[in-house]
Amino acid sequence: MSEILVLVDHVDGEVKKVTLELLTLARKHGEAAAVWIGPGYEGAKDKLAEYGAAKVYVAADEELTSYVVAPKAELLAQLVADKSPAAVLVPATAEGKEVAGRLAVKIESGVLTDVVGLADGFVGEHSIFGGAIVSHAKVSKGTPIVAVRPNSTAPEASPSTPAEEQVSVSLSDAAKGARVVEKVVQEKGERPELTEAAIVVSGGRGVGGAENFKLIEELADSLGAAVGASRAATDAGWYPHSFQVGQTGKTVSPQLYVAVGISGAIQHRAGMQTSKTIVAINKDSEAPIFELVDYGVVGDLFQVAPQLTEEITKRK
Amino acid sequence: MNIVVCVKQVPDTATERKLKSDDSTLDREAADGVINELDEYAVEEALTIKEAHGGEVTVLTMGPDKAADSIRKALAMGADKAVHVSDESLHGSDSLSTSYALAQVLKKIGFDLVILGSESTDARTGMVPAMLSERLGVPQVSLANKVEIDGSSIKAQRLTDYGFDRVEASLPAVVSVVEKINEPRYPSFKGIMAAKKKPVEKFGVADAEIDAALVGLAGASTEVVDFADAPPREKGQIVKDEGDGGTKAADFLASKKFI
Repeated sequence: MSEILVLVDHVDGEVKKVTLELLTLARKHGEAAAVWIGPGYEGAKDKLAEYGAAKVYVAADEELTSYVVAPKAELLAQLVADKSPAAVLVPATAEGKEVAGRLAVKIESGVLTDVVGLADGFVGEHSIFGGAIVSHAKVSKGTPIVAVRPNSTAPEASPSTPAEEQVSVSLSDAAKGARVVEKVVQEKGERPELTEAAIVVSGGRGVGGAENFKLIEELADSLGAAVGASRAATDAGWYPHSFQVGQTGKTVSPQLYVAVGISGAIQHRAGMQTSKTIVAINKDSEAPIFELVDYGVVGDLFQVAPQLTEEITKRK
Repeated sequence: MNIVVCVKQVPDTATERKLKSDDSTLDREAADGVINELDEYAVEEALTIKEAHGGEVTVLTMGPDKAADSIRKALAMGADKAVHVSDESLHGSDSLSTSYALAQVLKKIGFDLVILGSESTDARTGMVPAMLSERLGVPQVSLANKVEIDGSSIKAQRLTDYGFDRVEASLPAVVSVVEKINEPRYPSFKGIMAAKKKPVEKFGVADAEIDAALVGLAGASTEVVDFADAPPREKGQIVKDEGDGGTKAADFLASKKFI
């Protein structure tokens, strides 16, 4: 069975959930070969084994993570040349797509981005134009590079004993153009990361002010969810911009999306429409968000949201 | 400083966007064209840098004749001149061939700094800045929410999942910007009038030494197999809060095993 390279997404050795999803997906189409770049592999190897990596290419050289993106693409390009994999899977995160883009130029191959499903022959499924259209596309040139959206595959454990191979690449000068001089980790607290979370609770214009976002946070915490915000809320300065869900913000695709005080303009829908289950609370029964919901409550969020939080807490 | 801003015209996200049934490309006639929102931040950043360091701002657009509207808008904001790459053979170009065509033009016209939005609101691949950097062999200073130029060096904050990276590079470089790096200015009346007189140079593929076999549908490295309107979501249950809306919502979540 041919190898499928999976670029491991990790922050200093902590493997992100999307990697487990990619390994699961890779196993359905071939032999999953994880590509580890940077320090911290020892602490993460059990996780990769648990999710069925048949092989792990370990490139531990710190230099590979000292520059913006380019070294990762250079290493992957070398592996593609040496190992002739059937495909390369990367997470469809902002950085993952940049790696994919540079790799595509290097190996002259097509890329599918933001894939939400992958059929035989590496035919990718996409949800485009804010979820209005579902399209299927395939790579017609080179080794398929597929950027897969987080949360589009359920990770399944399948314990293995991966063969490890140390790999390295001598970086070109061009790859060392943009140096990362400092990594600034901002406190994210106990909540899961927005794009990876299984449940997201978002607040919008109806929340009415920064101080009221604690209602959203309390509801999110009762569900173990990440907090998001609509553009109206981030533009108003009620919640940090990095939590914006929508066309110009983050795209999320969780199991459950709870929209509180969000009308559901296209700007917002584009970022959450592929969520599996959608629940909304809004006082306007005409709000377009209700066209998307599995369950909607027309009512005052200041009454409904705290009651919901209390009920969830009670039932746990 | 010679600053080039890449601007893409995209269908207005407020209108219904469609694909054409014959070649699976965007139906540009069906929707109003507007300047890609994130590119407005790129134009603003270019103008701010020019104001501080001197130089010239050139708008670079690839797209059909209609895209001239977006060029005018960028010129009205204050850019000095524009290059419009338009050619029938470019129709249907994917990210890989778009980046190739843009890189060919950039090599031709020269640059110290290329600035662009981090993604477009239509295709949303987010790959073109990285691809351009790769093709031009210059540093990639992407996903920036803060940029400082000092002589021939550039410092930026690059947004990451965990916070941000402080990045340093030397010029020339490709910079992609995220929303909220600045507040894009509105074109003034004077700016709009002045834009009408600013030079817009038209490039065909031959002018930029673009190999027509590597662009457009012919040069595409991906292929749309099929597409269809997304199946409508099953109509959900909507209840009016009668003092127990939260409890009912909790019942629903419990029925779906979320609690």
